[in-house]
Amino acid sequence: MAGYTSRKRTSSVMMALCWAATIFGISWLCLILGALLWNGFAGLGLNVFVLDTPAPNSEGGLRNAIVGSLIMTTLGVSIGTPIGILAGTYMAEYGRYSKLTDYIRFINDILLSAPSIIIGLFVYEVAVVPLRGFSAIAGVLALAVIVIPVVVRTTEDMLLLVPVQLREAASALGLPRSHVVKKVAYRAAKTGLITGVLLAVARASGETAPLLFTVLSSQFFSLDLTKPMANLPVVINYFAGKGYDNWEQLAWTGALLITMAVLVLSISARILSAQKEKK
Amino acid sequence: MSDTSLKLEAQESSWSKGARDAILKKFALGDTIFRRMTFSAAIFVLLLLGAIIGSLIYGAAPALSKFGFGFLTTERWSVGQEIFGALSPIYGTLMTSLIAMLIAVPVGIGIAIFLTELCPMSLRRPIGVAIELLAGIPSIIYGIWGFFVLAPFLKDHVMPWLVNTFESVPILNSIFEGPGYSSSLLTAGLILAIMVLPFITAISRDVFSTVPPVLKEAAFGIGCTTWEVVRNVVIPYTRVGVVGGVMLGLGRALGETMAVTFVIGNSHRISASLLNPATTISATIANEFQEASGMYTSALLALGLLLFVITFTVLAAARIMLARLARNAGA
Repeated sequence: MAGYTSRKRTSSVMMALCWAATIFGISWLCLILGALLWNGFAGLGLNVFVLDTPAPNSEGGLRNAIVGSLIMTTLGVSIGTPIGILAGTYMAEYGRYSKLTDYIRFINDILLSAPSIIIGLFVYEVAVVPLRGFSAIAGVLALAVIVIPVVVRTTEDMLLLVPVQLREAASALGLPRSHVVKKVAYRAAKTGLITGVLLAVARASGETAPLLFTVLSSQFFSLDLTKPMANLPVVINYFAGKGYDNWEQLAWTGALLITMAVLVLSISARILSAQKEKK
Repeated sequence: MSDTSLKLEAQESSWSKGARDAILKKFALGDTIFRRMTFSAAIFVLLLLGAIIGSLIYGAAPALSKFGFGFLTTERWSVGQEIFGALSPIYGTLMTSLIAMLIAVPVGIGIAIFLTELCPMSLRRPIGVAIELLAGIPSIIYGIWGFFVLAPFLKDHVMPWLVNTFESVPILNSIFEGPGYSSSLLTAGLILAIMVLPFITAISRDVFSTVPPVLKEAAFGIGCTTWEVVRNVVIPYTRVGVVGGVMLGLGRALGETMAVTFVIGNSHRISASLLNPATTISATIANEFQEASGMYTSALLALGLLLFVITFTVLAAARIMLARLARNAGA
């Protein structure tokens, strides 16, 4: 047993390294969140929500950007979600054992983690060039393309979890297939489907790269979908590096708002699916 | 009396037969429509990827036919003379991802080991959830933190130290050659490392938890230390999955845009020193696309195509590996 002490020593050293890695990793992440909260809350006030983006060194807020982000995220998600849910339904209900589904799943996974700037380039080619100009519509399309793979993935996963017996029972009662899917499978998987949509909203609300050259941004309050529209991520990107104090402050505050939104969405998605498990 | 009732019954059933046919026909139609809708949506997903590739090739064609293979091997990027070479963005993309992976892979796997083997049960879920939440934070947040906090800190404190320490070491002194800029390959690599860390951790942890407890218990039973169990049982059992997870992280690092754009400096010059500004494919596109036109736009789209090909290869390999692991676990 001569080697036992040294084996034990190696083990303790490696385990200490794992502890160290955890502390190292967690502390970076805490540093980021800490800086974000510290700098973001400093500028958080009513003005942020009632004033539009200002000129350098003058008072202003993020109203136009917040409204623009809300509009574009809502529209993008409401375009992407039905397509995603239908595609996921095909994969889980109709084509569960077909080769095609395997290909679609593979392609969808690639889309899910493809660099979002590529999606920006794609939408630029198919929406900005033909429409001759940057517009909120192009941004909405870009976000829809981001949303689709997220929803497809969760829809398929959630429908696969629905027990086959439920569908068989419904079919045995003589329900047509589409009713089995809509009235039984969708209902059984409802919380899962909602979770997927929440995750998609979270993903869409923070995306910056695909918006950079599809909507651009705008200094003014605008609800016109055919024109460039202000939105939080691009405003943050624009304000951060310019060296004006008030712009930097607004960039931090905007970043805090986005992070809060994303965290709230993903935590509620989590709570929803946890409740499901408990049942 | 019984005669009439029979008649009534017959009448009723023939009446309901007609109605039933109508309803069944309606159901059948509804069924077909719904199935076709789901099918077209599924095909739409396939076409989407095709359309993305097609539009990139179409947009990149002018630049690719003008520069040909030289596009990949030219360092020069001159907007005025319309000479575009992708070598320095390619170099920057690969270097920043390499730095990120060198840091994030060991740390991420270490955290995963900690979470599955060492962590007290009551802390496992909170830490795991925190890491998954962090994986969802948008990259622009990492970007502005890198720009305002990390970059100045590196420039003032870490870089001078690196330059001084390695001044007289042969190869390292050119890698860490001063004076050091706040926007540099090193800064971008570090930010990327912090960004992909939650991904690698989350996937490795999921993969590690698929190891059957019996295997680990058997190893402990014959007297293995915790490290020996991890090294000889857990890691061999999950190797494919861990590599898949690492490659998924790599795919993300390669294509990451906003976190890098803030801190890379956008300089189309390759230098040996990690402390100098550089550029990556995605940062070049993000920084320059808005003001580009004509051949310039086409060259940027060609960069986009290149990035797509690189990430597609990495992601496809990762997915195939993870799928193989899932099949093994199922069997």
